Amino acid sequence: MGSTSDLAFPCGPVRQLEGGGVAVVGSDIDTDRIIPARYLKCVTFEGLAAGAFADDRTELEGGHPFDRPEHAGASILVVNRNFGCGSSREHAPQALMRWGIRAVIGESFAEIFFGNCLALGIPCLTADAATVGQIQAAVVADPSASLRLDLEALELLLHPQAGDPCSWSVELAEGPHRMLVSGQWDGTSQLVSHDAELRATAERLPYLTGFAAT
Amino acid sequence: MSAGTLYDKVWELHRVADLPGGSTQLFIGLHLIHEVTSPQAFAALRDLGLSMRHPERTVATVDHIVPTTSQARPFADPLAEEMLATLEANCAEHGITLHGLGSGRQGIVHVIAPELGLTQPGMTVACGDSHTSTHGAFGAIAFGIGTSQVRDVLASQSLAMNKLKVRRIRVEGTLQSGVFAKDLVLHVIRTLGVKGGVGYAYEFAGPAIEALSMEERMTLCNMAIEGGARVGYCNPDATTFAYLRDRPHAPAGEAWDRAVSWWSGLASGPDAVFDDEVVFDAARIAPTITWGITPGQGIGVDEAVPTPDQLDPEERPLAEEAYRYMDLAPGMPIAGLPIDVCFIGSCTNGRLSDLQAAAAVARGRHVAPGIKAFVVPGSEQVAAAAEAEGLDVVFREAGFEWREPGCSMCLAMNPDRLEGRQISASSSNRNFKGRQGSASGRTLLMSPAMVAAAAVSGHVADVRQLLPSR
Repeated sequence: MGSTSDLAFPCGPVRQLEGGGVAVVGSDIDTDRIIPARYLKCVTFEGLAAGAFADDRTELEGGHPFDRPEHAGASILVVNRNFGCGSSREHAPQALMRWGIRAVIGESFAEIFFGNCLALGIPCLTADAATVGQIQAAVVADPSASLRLDLEALELLLHPQAGDPCSWSVELAEGPHRMLVSGQWDGTSQLVSHDAELRATAERLPYLTGFAAT
Repeated sequence: MSAGTLYDKVWELHRVADLPGGSTQLFIGLHLIHEVTSPQAFAALRDLGLSMRHPERTVATVDHIVPTTSQARPFADPLAEEMLATLEANCAEHGITLHGLGSGRQGIVHVIAPELGLTQPGMTVACGDSHTSTHGAFGAIAFGIGTSQVRDVLASQSLAMNKLKVRRIRVEGTLQSGVFAKDLVLHVIRTLGVKGGVGYAYEFAGPAIEALSMEERMTLCNMAIEGGARVGYCNPDATTFAYLRDRPHAPAGEAWDRAVSWWSGLASGPDAVFDDEVVFDAARIAPTITWGITPGQGIGVDEAVPTPDQLDPEERPLAEEAYRYMDLAPGMPIAGLPIDVCFIGSCTNGRLSDLQAAAAVARGRHVAPGIKAFVVPGSEQVAAAAEAEGLDVVFREAGFEWREPGCSMCLAMNPDRLEGRQISASSSNRNFKGRQGSASGRTLLMSPAMVAAAAVSGHVADVRQLLPSR
């Protein structure tokens, strides 16, 4: 039932994103719902798109936004409060990314989920409940409308098929914002490069030597 | 901004560098891995051509996917077998200690690290599992991470992190008999909400916390994440030190004295500044149980399922969803609700004292007809200790199954799962839709003693009425 997007995975600076929107309405949607645990029986992340919202999609028999043909190919997900709470499984953002999602906009996010998305180059942006409600309504009313997320200006633009475009301000904390726009969200090499600093830190932690006499 | 708290002190000690993105590079003192969230991290390490910086600071076990009936290899489930084989190969390749099945030290990662003395005050502890907050019970700063971050720890023994605010949760008074750390934490989450802790570390403090055993503190910190707090901790004290003494990885001799001195200096001082404080009265907390589909939808066992007008308007849509999913009517008492399955175990409540509390209820009674009840020790050491005092016999005679250690029915990654619309009384940590393996299965979270009370009663029951009065 899942489709795997052909869109390239994030790489380098994340500044402009364009694509269709898809709204998944509801608060406290946990990572067990984003991807049920049975899909975690794997040693690679490939093929996880099929697990995205799997049980919710089965329950709605084709009615889930991820199954609706008008949202096929969407890349901007619009959610509500405390999205991604629960398990730390990176399989959740991996499944969304492999389905095609490249940015998430919501009222608020659980912390580990937010960090897991950041580590994949997927921004999780916030807006107040009224704004999120407007964006969700707009996406539902006109699924073919194109959304443009300007990450530098922190602005979301919607170009409907007919009528005037509308725009909303979205928010992102300064640190993650800088990391995404500069392309430094993929920071393994940077962490590894601080060899002297890592050594100095290790030297001041007595437990690393079993509290040996100094 | 917080100052002088244990969190601040441990953060500063482990600060490697300030990163250009605005976050802090934080040294990780103890890295725990298991079979579910590590294989892709090792693959990424290989792809990047990197090696492990501190393989001696990573410790592995297998827990999520292991069957709890027969643990003979190869597992019947080829996917589970592949995951364990991959973990074994990765540990062998990188020289990582793996506490495997039958080693005498295998078990749920958050049970074995404390019991081996690996988890110590003042450490930073990371693991690809959200319940890593458990280790905060020792005065460590412990948090769950995703697989990309597991890769970062393997490569650099550090992580890019943003500092949290610190909320002190001060608990005055004394817990009533029959009321446990599980009830306390369900009460805290019920009060502060499942997202109340987002952006915060929770410091649990006050007389009621100081009176808790280490295993109870682990239950409490384990579920900080269910309240949205990625980190929960208690300050180290004499109880902490007594627990750690003589554990396999605890310092010994003169090193022990140096350790106790260092650990003691890490506790939040009398002048510590917190970003926020909330006070609870332990004496007012009843055995607490969830009725809905988030750990925040909890009530005292003597209460009724809340009606919409008793709830904050913001909470009503989720409550409506929960009434439908759980098939519970607003206003109905939770006590007396019939149960199908009873599960005692998990990283929240799978330790020896949890099994003792449940056995105290089960002893001399019998599981009600038609109920499937089983007990899953949190580790091989817990199993051995429980069997040494005959708890396995108590449970078996009462009609419970006595299983092998693992995560079991806390999550649906092994053969233990709910079927159809079964409803479980569970000592685990999450009552999310579908969490226990059936897309329509229902979970009521409660303490192990309350699970045992439900098992022998056939329905949700107040454990206080089954215990001898003090």
